[in-house]
Amino acid sequence: MIQTIAFYLFAVLTIASAAATILSRNPVHSVLFLILAFFNAAGLMMLTGAEFIAMLLVIVYVGAVAVLFLFVVMMLDIDFAELRAGFIKNFPLGMLVALVLLAEMVLGIGAYKAGALTLGTPDGTAATPAGASNIEAIGGLMYSRYLFLFEAAGLILLVAMVGAIVLTHRQRGDTRGQKISKQVARRPEEATFNVKPEVGKGVQL
Amino acid sequence: MTVFFQNLGMSYEWAWFVSTVCGILLIALPLMLAVAMIIYVDRKIWAAMALRRGPNVVGPFGLLQSFADGLKVFLQETIVPSAANKGLFLIAPIVTFTLALLSWAVIPFNSGAILADINIGLLYILAISSLGVYGTIMAGWASNSKYPFFSAMRASAQMISYEVSIGFILICVVLWAGTFNMNEIVWAQKGHVFGIINGFVANPLLFPMWVMFLISSLAETQRAPFDLAEAESELVAGYQTEYSSMAFAAYWLGEYANVLLMCALNATLFWGGWLPPLDIPVLYLVPGFVWFLLKVFFFFFVFSWIKATVPRYRYDQLMRLGWKVFLPVSLLFVVIVSGYLMATGHFQ
Repeated sequence: MIQTIAFYLFAVLTIASAAATILSRNPVHSVLFLILAFFNAAGLMMLTGAEFIAMLLVIVYVGAVAVLFLFVVMMLDIDFAELRAGFIKNFPLGMLVALVLLAEMVLGIGAYKAGALTLGTPDGTAATPAGASNIEAIGGLMYSRYLFLFEAAGLILLVAMVGAIVLTHRQRGDTRGQKISKQVARRPEEATFNVKPEVGKGVQL
Repeated sequence: MTVFFQNLGMSYEWAWFVSTVCGILLIALPLMLAVAMIIYVDRKIWAAMALRRGPNVVGPFGLLQSFADGLKVFLQETIVPSAANKGLFLIAPIVTFTLALLSWAVIPFNSGAILADINIGLLYILAISSLGVYGTIMAGWASNSKYPFFSAMRASAQMISYEVSIGFILICVVLWAGTFNMNEIVWAQKGHVFGIINGFVANPLLFPMWVMFLISSLAETQRAPFDLAEAESELVAGYQTEYSSMAFAAYWLGEYANVLLMCALNATLFWGGWLPPLDIPVLYLVPGFVWFLLKVFFFFFVFSWIKATVPRYRYDQLMRLGWKVFLPVSLLFVVIVSGYLMATGHFQ
């Protein structure tokens, strides 16, 4: 009973907030609705027994990726009239993308129902082997069968990160960086000294 | 507790529901009381370190000061700035307050006293604390005022930066404990060093991790010396500048509930949680939650002590510490700890 209530709660909220993401006029509201959609999707995954994926979704997407979205959207001054003017022009392209997505979804669900994919059982119960928790099952697969793919993904991310840093980093000549080790190593003897200047004479530093 | 309600003639699902609601109330209500008292304790410690008296007028020794403050803000008018985004402005403190309470679901108070004994407890805490950014960002943006916005930017960058190294630190603990379950992490610390000291902190490989965790938890909860988000000399009161009345109180309560949570995490992950400090049978006569609360309050004292004595960091220094010191060191320690555990056959 509680599962059913929870499922409908999460499902309705996911769809409603996904719709609100597209429909809301304020881009910041859009991003916040997107976050709500992520969060409810995590709830749905929790119900299917994929608690590890659910937590990762919240930590990675909600906690990091969506924060960046929000940053960018808050900083940008988006002109809505201009955006709406491009609507008719981009409409065919949008429809094409939507159709491709629909076809892929139909194909994917069809293959899953036909039993051609060994993701899990078609009735929706978790595919975790009995006796092993979610994390152990995923870890067991990732670090044995898919080790090279996993490491390749890591390398690609590293390259992307280095690329982003190289693109945005610029050396400015006029900055003087703080050298904390030098500051900590400084002793009172070399930093201060007492002098008794004669009347009318300054202090030579 | 579920069994108790089942014996009253309820079906399993309803018994579970009722017992969970009771559990939530059993944690949330004492927590709110604890937060009220801890604010008083914080002010008293701070005053003592500054050779002042602190709150001493309301009630005996000023004990009721927090309640008087609570009543005061309750009677104030809630002001919503006319340029603010009304909905988000009002939701933001609720989000902060709720998230501050949510994490307590997986904190073990005693060997069986835990609301949700899930096997991803630590990940759950990471997930909730990564959500905590939103209360701040939403407040900063919805206020439509420059100081709150600056503060929100600072706070979120700071929280995200330190979450990265906190993640690596927790990985070390998890590697050693072999589980994400909070209760089992506590059990894994029983007699951890020489078979007599309960707690990962006495382990030479994990002690530096604890020091970094303590500092990161100060940064994560925006306590001094990392309270840049509410640096009153630069940003008025930070993201809470435009808030008044109960919305302001919600921020206050949420902030201190988060501080207590970080103290509880320090106690649970590194100092043996509800286990006594030494693995001697006599010490087990004292109930587990007494040890737990003692450790939590000890850490709160440490937090107040730091607040009273350490000057505020500059923003670039804060970022340097997070990204250039903590991140590489914690990454290095993940390698060292996992290498040591593999070499000694910990996982066999």
